[in-house]
Amino acid sequence: MNFDWGAIVANAKFLLVQGLLGFGIYGGGTLRLAIPAILLGFVIGIILGLARMASRPWVHYPAVVYIEFIRGVPLVIVIFYFWFLVPVLIGRPVPEYWVALTAFVVFEGAYIGEIIRAGIQSVPKGQVDAATASGLNYTQTMIHVILPQAVRNMIPSLVTQFIVLFKDTSLASIIGMMDLTKAAQTVSEREIKPFEMYLFIAVVYWCFTYSMSRFAQWLENRMSPDRPRY
Amino acid sequence: MFFGFLGMTYEFKWSVLWTQPYLTWLIDGLLTTLRLASISWCIAIFLGIIFGAMRTVPFRPVRTIATFYVEFFRNVPLLVWLFFWYFGAPEAFPEVIRQWFIRHGIEFWSAVAAISVYHGARFAEVIRAGIQAIPRTQLEAGLSSGLSVVATYRLIIIPIALRLIVPPATNESLNLLKNTSLAMTIGVAELTFAARQVETYSAKAVEALTSAALIYLVFCLSISSVMNWIEAKFAIPGLIARGARAEH
Repeated sequence: MNFDWGAIVANAKFLLVQGLLGFGIYGGGTLRLAIPAILLGFVIGIILGLARMASRPWVHYPAVVYIEFIRGVPLVIVIFYFWFLVPVLIGRPVPEYWVALTAFVVFEGAYIGEIIRAGIQSVPKGQVDAATASGLNYTQTMIHVILPQAVRNMIPSLVTQFIVLFKDTSLASIIGMMDLTKAAQTVSEREIKPFEMYLFIAVVYWCFTYSMSRFAQWLENRMSPDRPRY
Repeated sequence: MFFGFLGMTYEFKWSVLWTQPYLTWLIDGLLTTLRLASISWCIAIFLGIIFGAMRTVPFRPVRTIATFYVEFFRNVPLLVWLFFWYFGAPEAFPEVIRQWFIRHGIEFWSAVAAISVYHGARFAEVIRAGIQAIPRTQLEAGLSSGLSVVATYRLIIIPIALRLIVPPATNESLNLLKNTSLAMTIGVAELTFAARQVETYSAKAVEALTSAALIYLVFCLSISSVMNWIEAKFAIPGLIARGARAEH
């Protein structure tokens, strides 16, 4: 077998501009899906994480059921659910991009919710007592005392979760969204060069995830509580 | 029962799930999922132990090989690996061998290859973290009592590490089980594939997907409760069993 570099060079522009960035007639795009998904997932995650720690049962239990259900099923199933449900709910066909974004936000929200909960629980209980003693109410305690410390503790896990999300966006290709994986699939079907195409996108994914995981490691060392801060 | 919104309606019909041939499809799908998951799990654990241990030995070339394996395979999406092993890798073999692959269920074995190599890299990280959680003095004590490096690992480091890694390894095993659903993309008739097939033939998407989701959920919840029990039973006395988390 001869490795065909020409096929990679000829299609690199389509794969990177359309597949990775999402600029082109097909929409989609791995990064254009991953970045909004992590931001919106973070918002849902904060709500879920706080709800799971609430003492009122009608707030606590729905969050527990949501998180445990989502964490117990594969992402593919969640994507298919939205693929079939969203058009019925809205009453008209929905572009793949929006289906995928909804599914990712709903799915990642559960995982980020658990990270948020772990981060908040890592803040010593004395901090809550001190804030209460200074006369702050629940919201003020959260915003001014707990969350700033909790966020610092959970930044490494959040970066890690972003790496997972970035890799998971390849699943959007299953419902036909034009991301990096779908672009490689399209090209390899046309050119019959699966070996070169999949190896090339493997390298592209690798560059992104590896540099993000180095960044996570750097953050972890830098933000470790053992390290003195001046 | 009807369910409608903005002029579109959906009629639930749960009985699809226990009419033939749909029931057989789902059961066959579940069996394939379990077969795929258990074979891949065994290989992945094997690779994970080998490469995880290799990442901690005090000899740089061995560590470099293991680091290369782990970083290369876990940083690329599993779906890309599936496509690579199914569409790309057979091309590298001569025509005769490729024909042999095709006659012997290439979809299933490509899926096994992709899932076990990918999760092997992730298990290796779990195991490395478990080993590194053990104080270095244990290794030194073993060596100074006259054990070889291999014997120290086999008799001291690995038995302790195995117990430390139960929680993160359980988590990873459940990820493996859930990730077998991706094998549907290369045509392995596992549970998600069967659910899609039921959906295609009966047009009952919600029922088919819910049945698959509930089966995955039951398996995940029961495995994690059994593992919690094992974790409590085999916990090292006087030590809170908390292995370091797998990275991603």
